[in-house]
Amino acid sequence: MTQQEFRTVQGGRIDRDRPLRFRFDGRDYTGYAGDTLASALLANGVHRTSTSIKLGRPRGIFAAGAEEPNALVQVEAPFPEPMLTATTVELYDGLVARGLGGQGRLATDPDPARYDAVHTHCDVLVVGAGPAGLAAASVAAASGARVVVVDDRSEPGGSLLGTREAKALDWVASVAADLHANPEVRLLTRTSAFGYYDDNYVVAVERRTNHLGASAPAHLSRERIWRIRARRVVLATGAHERSLAFDDNDRPGIMLAGAARTYVNRYGVLPGRRAVVLTTNDSAYAAALDLLDAGVAIAVIADLRPSVSPLWTERLADRGVEVLAGYGVERVVGEERVSSVVLAGGREFEADLLLVSGGWNPVGALYSQAGGKLRYDADLGSFVPDGCREAVAVAGSANGTYGLAGCLAEGTGAGRAAVEATGFAAGTGRELPAADESPVTPPAHTWVLPGDETVQFVDLQRDVTVAEIRRATGTGMRSVEHVKRYTTAGTAHDQGKTSGVLTSGVVAHLLGVDVGDLGTTTFRPPYAPVSFAALAGRDRGALHDPIRVTALHAWHQANGALFENVGQWQRPWYYPRDGEDLHAAVLRECRAAREGVATMDASTLGKIDVQGPDAAVLLDRLYTNLMSSLKVGSIRYGVMCRPDGMIFDDGTVIRLAEDRFLVTTTTGNAAGVLDWMEDFLQTEWPDLRVHCTSVTEQWATIALVGPRSREVLGTLAPDLAVDNDSFPFMTWRDTTVAGLAARVCRISFSGELAYELNVNWWDALALWEAVLAAGAPLGITTYGTETMHVLRAEKGYPIIGQDTDGTVTPQDLGMDWIVSKKKPDFIGKRSFARADTGRPDRKHLVGLLPDDGETLLPEGAHLVEMESLPEPPVPMLGHVTSSYHSAALGRPFALALIKGGRDRIGQRVYAPLGDVLVPVTITGPVLYDPEGKRRDG
Amino acid sequence: MAEQTMIRRSPLAPAADRLAGVGSATGGAVTLAEVPFLTQLNLRLDPTGPAAEAVAAELGVALPTGPGSASAGEVTVLWLGPDEWLVVGAPGTEGELEARLRSAVGDAHASVVDVSAQRTTLLLGGARARDLLALGCALDLHPRSFGTGDCAQTLLARAQVVLVGREAGEFWLLVRASFAAYLVDWLVDASTEFTSTELTAG
Repeated sequence: MTQQEFRTVQGGRIDRDRPLRFRFDGRDYTGYAGDTLASALLANGVHRTSTSIKLGRPRGIFAAGAEEPNALVQVEAPFPEPMLTATTVELYDGLVARGLGGQGRLATDPDPARYDAVHTHCDVLVVGAGPAGLAAASVAAASGARVVVVDDRSEPGGSLLGTREAKALDWVASVAADLHANPEVRLLTRTSAFGYYDDNYVVAVERRTNHLGASAPAHLSRERIWRIRARRVVLATGAHERSLAFDDNDRPGIMLAGAARTYVNRYGVLPGRRAVVLTTNDSAYAAALDLLDAGVAIAVIADLRPSVSPLWTERLADRGVEVLAGYGVERVVGEERVSSVVLAGGREFEADLLLVSGGWNPVGALYSQAGGKLRYDADLGSFVPDGCREAVAVAGSANGTYGLAGCLAEGTGAGRAAVEATGFAAGTGRELPAADESPVTPPAHTWVLPGDETVQFVDLQRDVTVAEIRRATGTGMRSVEHVKRYTTAGTAHDQGKTSGVLTSGVVAHLLGVDVGDLGTTTFRPPYAPVSFAALAGRDRGALHDPIRVTALHAWHQANGALFENVGQWQRPWYYPRDGEDLHAAVLRECRAAREGVATMDASTLGKIDVQGPDAAVLLDRLYTNLMSSLKVGSIRYGVMCRPDGMIFDDGTVIRLAEDRFLVTTTTGNAAGVLDWMEDFLQTEWPDLRVHCTSVTEQWATIALVGPRSREVLGTLAPDLAVDNDSFPFMTWRDTTVAGLAARVCRISFSGELAYELNVNWWDALALWEAVLAAGAPLGITTYGTETMHVLRAEKGYPIIGQDTDGTVTPQDLGMDWIVSKKKPDFIGKRSFARADTGRPDRKHLVGLLPDDGETLLPEGAHLVEMESLPEPPVPMLGHVTSSYHSAALGRPFALALIKGGRDRIGQRVYAPLGDVLVPVTITGPVLYDPEGKRRDG
Repeated sequence: MAEQTMIRRSPLAPAADRLAGVGSATGGAVTLAEVPFLTQLNLRLDPTGPAAEAVAAELGVALPTGPGSASAGEVTVLWLGPDEWLVVGAPGTEGELEARLRSAVGDAHASVVDVSAQRTTLLLGGARARDLLALGCALDLHPRSFGTGDCAQTLLARAQVVLVGREAGEFWLLVRASFAAYLVDWLVDASTEFTSTELTAG
């Protein structure tokens, strides 16, 4: 075990009393609480973390935050997680990780952790808790407004955490304490805002317990998605330092200057012993001074500017450090790790560290996602915000304001403006810390240094070099979007945080155009990688989609039903007894319905109460047949079409009173039909005085079916005259069944004598148990949807959505009789006059009998005319829509949609199944009791 | 009818223990219980017409004309839409209340539909009730924007609910009977967060 030889003697925001053990690439190390995996590796002298994906070059830790392009790791324990950046993984005891050259591996075991999502609303959302963000939050919070502050680091402070600004850090602590104490404020650390959508809807991911490793409490979600709706947003997202393109600029030991400063100050880590600094701007000088103070020797500062800041030069000279103006790096020596750096002109400096600063990029990703425009500021040498349609302000270095005093002032102003815009009087925030600022010498605008373009890297993760970008521009590409897609620069996990603007700069350099005219590539969510587990949240397993159940569901479960999903509903499919399979159980259930008595839970049918003086007019317009002539007390079957004449839904209509009907819909389409009715009432026929109310769950419905169903009903409903004359087919009666207020409808979906018993949901179980008890002496049998389908198919009753698919008219189903010739209009009527709906070769619903009397055709099977298949394309006649074994017929049968099918009755056609063509004979769709003799018992 | 009431089964009767368990597991931070069999009548009429006035006179409270609710005695009127309300009353009063409303509107165009069994009601309470709802509801439930008497039709997780702000920071969740079991599954799962006070601030 190594001894953290690169740890400073003191300082940093780590807890030296809490050592943590971890393993990286098979070796054991220790770090401290407060470390990231990257800082702990550097403390142990480990720079190289991976091998590049395309070229196999050694790569090391390059940055100190989410912008890291190189140091991808796979966490192996306690739970596998691929493609994390070592710079953002907080160290915990027992962490096991390895470096990744690109792709990682997903866990094969289910993730035991919880993930969830939460909604929140606020007056002001501040993204970023650096100096600008905290200043904004402090003012906003003091006003009484609801404020949410999100920051992706483990503690607030932003760039200040990487400095030794003691007074400013005290201010950070006071503001953070204020925010935590304010009940209207939520300060979310470890939270990355990754998406900015319309109307200030910002989505963030909070890593709540990742940093606790195996000791994370199980009842808390590991990661949480925050869906934040903010009236105003302040973006204080800071800036990322960028690199420069020079020879071998990818070697381990080469690091952004600001990152090195953060490692020294925040983590108490020496990123090396002796450093060369290459810079285009003043910021690297402050880094160099902090490194010097920590004990890192600075070999030389190579500044690309011909004239450099006298102030900074003097400060460095006082420490014996030479500043070379107008010098760049010619080459880097050392493959596994920098060993020396050769400057232009040939002077070679021994060093194990090369600090680079190519300037700073304001982090404009969220602003850009929000529709904000970016403008190139030639003085700053970076893209800055330039107007946005959302209620958003940008403050601090995200706005190109790099000095501390400027950031604090801008943050305060943005916070004040935001709360005032939401109607609050701005309060007084914490008194700002004093910040003395050195005068700034303008940066150099250099992207590429002279050298070998094939080893000058632009995107480290994607191994994209200046040479590759030259190849792209050489093919004629002029847009950075095209270059990005051609070279893949900026498409890795980091989305070009350090390389994107550099890519634009290199393209500009190669084309000899202004980088401001080129712009940047488009920023899209997510700003930083988000795990799919977090996005899924609780919407997985049983909670993925609601399961709708009837009042009898528990009974069905307790009595061995297997279930079928119908829309969101779960319906009993069949009730196997003593090892029966589907086939055996359904034959038994069918026989009971055809020969004795059987019962089914039909509660899932959609039900809509239609009331008002114009209720009959509405139904006449919605259904193809006439409903206004229906008598109170009677029931009529009806079909609804869309304006194109294709069937949309079917069901029964019960007339409860002159001005009141109860409409039933198919199980899966109840909400759709109600929406359909409301749509027409509100937009097309607002003059109609009708109200529609869903009552699907008000009523439970039990189907009582079979030649002996009348006996069972008679026992249960002593007040009801059940004989055929008193209670004829397609009528309904309100009565008492089993002591319960009930509505009994004489309708049949099987062709048998049948009733539907309706009681309110609360009484369903009492009725069901009474029906089973009353029917027990007759051997009453419960049946499920499969038997229901067989029974109706034997009668040729179509299921809308199974035997139809949105291209089928009532006439195609052979239901010409249900389309009124008299009504002045109804939805779909006009389409029945179209030539296409009158074509003789439209597909008709017909019956099919396999000639061998044994083959069960698969639903969806195609049908062809010829005995053996010709060369493709094979002309198709149609397809099987329903197919079952029939107990009543003693053989399998099917329904099918076949071109001109009604004119082919009696003909033989073929179903290609695998290598054989199964001969089948076309019949009429009604295969059982075509005379309808069984309806009345 | 006493006998009939005995055998009635509310949609969440089988879940009573699980609901009560949430209160004990969270130390009362979240409490849940079914309020079964409430009378619920769906009322649709023109809010500017004579029927609206007649109903208001009969109930002793004006029909709310925007999102919210109004109460008179045991009857609470929830606004569901510009011409739609849910009149909620004590269990067992649906017949009498429907008759009163029908007689009040007289010949005016209005619909009154008994939907008492269509939805069941959950009473949600406890100091973390709002935090629980925020895990599945996109509405702003801060007391400043959703307080006592406020009402909304919204989604909680993936179930449609009528959400009503009650006294003392409690809520009614009216949910369709077929979705009730799913919603309880979701609520019990979501309450896991509040089974310990450790690290749950915020």
